[in-house]
Amino acid sequence: MPNPMLRHATLAALLALATSTHASAAWEPTKAVTFVIPAGTGGGADQMARFVQGIVTKHNLMKQPMIVINKAGGAGAEGFLEIKNSPNDPHKLIITLSNLFTTPMGTGTPFSWKDLTPVAMLALDQFVLWVPSDAPYKTAKDYVEAVKAGDDKKFKMGGTGSKQEDQIITVALERQTGNKKFTYIPYQGGGAVAVQLVGKHVDSSVNNPIEAAQQWKAGALRPLCIFDAKRSVYTAKVTADMAWSDIPTCKESGLPVEYQMLRGIFMAGGATADQVKFYVDLFNKVRETAEWKKFMEDGAFNQTYMTGDDYRKWVEAAEKTHYDLMKEANFLAAGR
Amino acid sequence: MEEVAALLQGFSVVLTPYNIGLMLIGILLGVIIGVLPGLGGANGVAILLPLTFSMPPSSAIIMLSCIYWGALFGGAITSILFNIPGEPWSVATTFDGHPMAQQGKADAALTAAFTSSFVGAIVAVIVITFLAPLVAKFALRFGPPEFFAVQFLTFASFIGMGRGSPFKTLASMCLGFALASVGLDNVTGQLRMTFDQEFLLNGFKFLVAVIGLFGIGEILASMESGLNFSGARAKISLRAVLETWKQMPRLWITFVRSCIVGCWMGITPGGATPASFMSYGLAKRFSKRGNNFGKGEIEGVVAPETAAHAAGTAALLPMLTLGIPGSPTAAVLLGGLLIWGLQPGPMLFVEQKDFVWGLIASMYLGNLVGLIIVLTCVPLFAAILRIPFSIIAPVILVICAVGAYTVNNAMFDVWMMLAFGAIGYCFNKLGYPLPPLVLALVLGDMAEGSFRQAMLISQGSLTVFFSNWLVGGIMALGLFLLFLPLITWLTTLARPVPQQA
Repeated sequence: MPNPMLRHATLAALLALATSTHASAAWEPTKAVTFVIPAGTGGGADQMARFVQGIVTKHNLMKQPMIVINKAGGAGAEGFLEIKNSPNDPHKLIITLSNLFTTPMGTGTPFSWKDLTPVAMLALDQFVLWVPSDAPYKTAKDYVEAVKAGDDKKFKMGGTGSKQEDQIITVALERQTGNKKFTYIPYQGGGAVAVQLVGKHVDSSVNNPIEAAQQWKAGALRPLCIFDAKRSVYTAKVTADMAWSDIPTCKESGLPVEYQMLRGIFMAGGATADQVKFYVDLFNKVRETAEWKKFMEDGAFNQTYMTGDDYRKWVEAAEKTHYDLMKEANFLAAGR
Repeated sequence: MEEVAALLQGFSVVLTPYNIGLMLIGILLGVIIGVLPGLGGANGVAILLPLTFSMPPSSAIIMLSCIYWGALFGGAITSILFNIPGEPWSVATTFDGHPMAQQGKADAALTAAFTSSFVGAIVAVIVITFLAPLVAKFALRFGPPEFFAVQFLTFASFIGMGRGSPFKTLASMCLGFALASVGLDNVTGQLRMTFDQEFLLNGFKFLVAVIGLFGIGEILASMESGLNFSGARAKISLRAVLETWKQMPRLWITFVRSCIVGCWMGITPGGATPASFMSYGLAKRFSKRGNNFGKGEIEGVVAPETAAHAAGTAALLPMLTLGIPGSPTAAVLLGGLLIWGLQPGPMLFVEQKDFVWGLIASMYLGNLVGLIIVLTCVPLFAAILRIPFSIIAPVILVICAVGAYTVNNAMFDVWMMLAFGAIGYCFNKLGYPLPPLVLALVLGDMAEGSFRQAMLISQGSLTVFFSNWLVGGIMALGLFLLFLPLITWLTTLARPVPQQA
């Protein structure tokens, strides 16, 4: 019969070993991680998510593969519901657009960010007021004056989707144009909007920088103002004589309108602190790569980065802002 | 001749043993992806994209574009053999391709399909090589009214497709429109006909419907007719390839027409699927053997395949020059370009000459290599039909289910596919034509979107569709095609009268 004391000691040692491995090797994925994009292929969120996947794969940042899928149905509701309906599943991530707020408010689909676990804000996407480069307006003020002087609904604003960020900004702009409205034309994606603007089928757009940058570089579009509180920090020349930092803020141009879009990561509800920490670390590694830094600059992203409580508070405030904006624009679904 | 020099430079980039090896692998993977319905080029490229990150950008894009060519070729195989379109643009290929296979002429149908694909793609590449800057500007003229005009033209050229009662055609088309309108209404941002059901949020996806209507419907029909494939008599010899080629030159006018339709639809960017339908409709309308279409006419395979591939290839042009992807696959390729630090858009041709011309050179070579590979495999593919139906049917069923699932990663779509299979079977029994339903489903929401955008722009005035020569010309052509059957009918009605008098 074995010595009971010895047995006890072995057990204690084993226990110690177990707890120590637990402390050093925190949680990590045990199967492939699904990265959901609540939008179609080719858009800004899609580009960013696939970019993240590329970096993770190229630099081997995770042992398990990352699978990117688009679930765009119902203005992204399909993707968010998928995450909402898999609580406690730590192998699912989702990247957000403003449809995290606008889709439940505008369509009444039952989901909210409170159903999810916030992981990290990767960046804020900017919006810029663009016109074709041969349009007579040199500043945002010129353009707004022209809208004021023209007939109601004469000027056409192209944007992505309906009752989403682009149209919210358009409605906010209309507060500065007397009682003149824009005719808002909804398109399927941001790239298409930029091309329609180059073809002069619309008069202006509020494209994200990355969607219109190439057309700007090629001399087809002109940026009038950026909808941020401060100018962009990127000072490298994009065109012969202008950098992102040379675009005035809309406020400077006499248009007190600010709007930015959350490019954030959430996981399913009920995730443990360990699980969240794994992904926060992962995205920290992604942000340190040279590719990511170049991507941020090409798209003139506002590189505000937040995790934990800061992030949660930011999202809470953003939800309130969107509610007010949507309410004022009369975009809320019945019963909201 | 600047382009020729640039192209030769491009060939020198491509012609390394490493790149040619990648090309072969890409084509083979592509064919496999194309054969599996639903997996499709977009998913295939997305899955394989990470593999290419360790390669230099030119090699990576060569491999990815070869997967794309392979998928384009592969889509025709299942359409012809099993009546299952692997890709949306292969739907029109089934109309005549599958009857040919049933008559034991699978090898001829496959040869015709592959050859037409090659011709369409090569013509489009030549257009890209020499006209890239010019056509890129032309694409900018397309706003919502122009897009609607093109979609209208597609419908108009397809009208009168049904051999049965025009009312049944209309009913079938209306069902297609109704299904297409489920989901999010992009113009108002509201959900339509979803009845608060989560699974309806995404609407009815075209591929799921097509896999069910055609693939499952076909299996049900075959089961009824006694568990055998009449294609089992298919001869297995490469001679069939040469014999089919002998018939090709007399179809030159179909080739020319389909290439024009395809290049134009690819550049504008209307897409490969409408191009294939439009080309099939036009071929039926203008062919001497038009009445025979749908019963296994080789021209009915040539027309949609040529146009689809010309369009699929030309669709890469707006992606490279404007940064807008002409197809979902092109959208995924676009993501790849960004990872390698290449920003598609007007500046790509200026800043990344080696890359762009390497890609264009690989289009020539990739298509040629692809053609050789698939043609040598024709007897092999045709031999699949010799496998007893009781063995192949379950395999097809599983492949269909996987395909339907892959479209949205949703189990609901698999049930939908089975339901569509039952509908397809009933439609066949009752003599309702399926093509109008499919056409309405694929083009319905696009046409609706463009129409309503155009109405927003014009503030409700229909004159916007005749506001300039471009949109007016396309609309006039569409109206002409729409009323052509009526005009022909009236003239035949009028003619005998003076003779009798």
